[in-house]
Amino acid sequence: MNEGLRSQVGQLAHRSVIRTLRQPAQFVPALIFPLFLLAVNSGGLKDATNLPGFPTDSYVTFALAVTFMQGALFSVMNSGTDLARDIETGFLNRLALTPLRGAALLTGLLAGSIVLGVVQGFVYLVVGLAGGAELAAGLGGAVVIVALSVAVTTAFGTIGMFAALRTGSGEAVQGLFPVFFVFLFLSSSSLPLELLKTEWFHAVASVNPVSYLLQAFRSVLIEGWNLGELALGFGIAFALFAIGMTAASSALKTRLVRT
Amino acid sequence: MTNEMAAGEGGAGIEAIGLVREFKKGPRAVDGIDLRVEPGEIYGFLGPNGAGKSTTVLMLTTLLPPTAGIARVAGHDVVGEGPEVRSAIGAALQEAALDPLLTGREHMRLQTALHGIGREERERRGGELLERVGLSQAADRKVGGYSGGMKRRLDLALALAHEPRILFLDEPTTGLDIQSRTALWEEVARLAAEEGVTVFLTTQYLEEADALADRVGIIDHGKIVAEGTPAALKAEIGRPTVVAIPRDPAQRQLTIDVLGRFGECAESDHKGGAVQLAGGESELAEVVRALDAEGVAIESLNLHAPSLDDVFLAKTGRSLEGADEAEAEAEEAVAEGAPA
Repeated sequence: MNEGLRSQVGQLAHRSVIRTLRQPAQFVPALIFPLFLLAVNSGGLKDATNLPGFPTDSYVTFALAVTFMQGALFSVMNSGTDLARDIETGFLNRLALTPLRGAALLTGLLAGSIVLGVVQGFVYLVVGLAGGAELAAGLGGAVVIVALSVAVTTAFGTIGMFAALRTGSGEAVQGLFPVFFVFLFLSSSSLPLELLKTEWFHAVASVNPVSYLLQAFRSVLIEGWNLGELALGFGIAFALFAIGMTAASSALKTRLVRT
Repeated sequence: MTNEMAAGEGGAGIEAIGLVREFKKGPRAVDGIDLRVEPGEIYGFLGPNGAGKSTTVLMLTTLLPPTAGIARVAGHDVVGEGPEVRSAIGAALQEAALDPLLTGREHMRLQTALHGIGREERERRGGELLERVGLSQAADRKVGGYSGGMKRRLDLALALAHEPRILFLDEPTTGLDIQSRTALWEEVARLAAEEGVTVFLTTQYLEEADALADRVGIIDHGKIVAEGTPAALKAEIGRPTVVAIPRDPAQRQLTIDVLGRFGECAESDHKGGAVQLAGGESELAEVVRALDAEGVAIESLNLHAPSLDDVFLAKTGRSLEGADEAEAEAEEAVAEGAPA
C-alpha cells in the first residue's frame, strides 16, 4: 500500500472508529442484545445437554458461539447504515470530489467494524466465562476467538456496505437484519448438526455457512485446538469477506459515477 | 479544439458547449447549454427549482457524465480528465454534506488529508480556514450542533481546503438568515477579488446574483435564456423610471417640465411626473439637482429599476418565483445519482 493510499485509509478509518464510538445507541445494543439472548437460551435450553452426543455438559458454553454470530450481524447494520447515511446526505459526493480511491473508502469504513468486532469479542468472552462458560483452548484460545470475531464481523460488514451502495438507503440496509437472522436460525445455532434430526432442517443447516462459523467458535470453547474446524471457520469468513468486498467495489463504481 | 474553448484552457476558466444531460424517466434536465466563465470571474447561475442548475454543476464538477456536449474546467475535459478537474476545483454542493458526529476541525483534517496535504500543513491550513470563516471557537464542537449558517461556512472552508482555483457553490445561502447570507457573500467576493478564485454560483435569489455576480446566466427548462452583466440584462428590458411628486400640488407642471429634460415625461397619479432615465440610474443625481435648482420642494422621489425577476419574466413569460415543480423531480433524480 503506497503512502497516499495508506493516509487515506488511515483518515477514513479514524472517522469510522470515531463514528462508532460516538454512537452508543448503535454499539450498546450490539453488546447487550446477544448477551440477553445468551442468558435466555442457556437458561431455557440447558436440558439439551442431556441429549446423547451433545458435545458438552454446559449449554452456556455451547450457546456462547451464537452470541459472537449475533454480534457480527449487528456489524452489517453499523457499516451499512453509516455508508447509506453518507449517500443520503451527500457526504459521499464530498468524498468523491477528493482524490479518494474506492479501495480506501471501503477499507477505511471497515475499521469501525473491526473495532466493534474486537470490543464485542472481548466483552462476550468475559461475560460468557463469568456466566459459567468454559474455554478449552485456554488463553491462546481467547485470542483466537477475538480474532475470529473480528474476521466474521468484518466479513459481514462488507455485506452491509454492499447493500448500502446498491440501494443508497439506510432503511433497506436495516431490512437485511431479519434476513440474516433467518440464516442464523437455520443453522446449528440451537443444536449440533449431528443432533438435528428433522431431515430438511439438517440439510439446510449443513449447507449454511453460518453452521461452520459456529463450529469454529465452539471448537475453541469446547474441544480445545481443532485446526480443521478453525481453518474452515476462518476460510468461510475470508470467502464471505472476498465476496462482500468484490460486490461492494462493483457497487461503488456504479454509485460513484464521477468521470 | 476551437478558439471558443480558450476560457477553459490552462487557467481557471470554465467553458461548456452544447452540454446536455438526459434522464430515463424525465425531460432533458440540461438541454444544450453554452457558457463561458473567465478566470477570476463570479458567474451567477440563476433559475427556479428544477431549471437544471444543480445538474449543470454536477456535470462541471465531474460527478455526473454529460449525455452530450463538451465542457472544460481549468483547461481539463470533464469527461476525459476527471481527476485533473477535481484537483483544480472546490465545491460546496446543495445541502451542506457534513457528518454530524465529527467536529469542524475533524472535518478539516479529513478533507485536507484526502487531498494529500501533509500533516503540519494540514493543521495550519485547517486552523486558518476555520478562523477565516469564523468557526475557530466552534471548531471542536460536533457539527450536529451547528446552525445552518455555521454549516454553510464550514462547507465553504472545506471546499477551499486544497486552495482550488475554481469554486462551485450550489445555492450556498438557501435557508440562511440575512446576516449569515451577507457574511458568506462577503467571503465569496473577497475570494474572487483578492485571491483570483473563479466562482460558479447557482442561486434562486435575485438579490444574491445581483450583489455578487459579475455576470449572470439565467436558466429555465435546461436552457440558458439570458446571459450578461446584471446591469446589461436589466437595461435590455427597460431603463429605470424616476417618479417625483412635489410637496406643493401647484408645482406639478413645473416638476413635469423639469423631468421632461431627461426624457419623455408622463403624469404620475395626477400628483407629479414620471420619466424613464435614458442615461440609466446614474442620472438620478442630476434629476435631483435640476429639481432643486428650479426650487421644487419634493414630497417623494422614487426610482423604479428593473430587477432580474423582470428580466426572467421578459425572457420566459413567468416570474422566477413560480418554479416549475414538475421539473424539480428530474433534478432530484440527478441528485440521487440515477443513471441515464
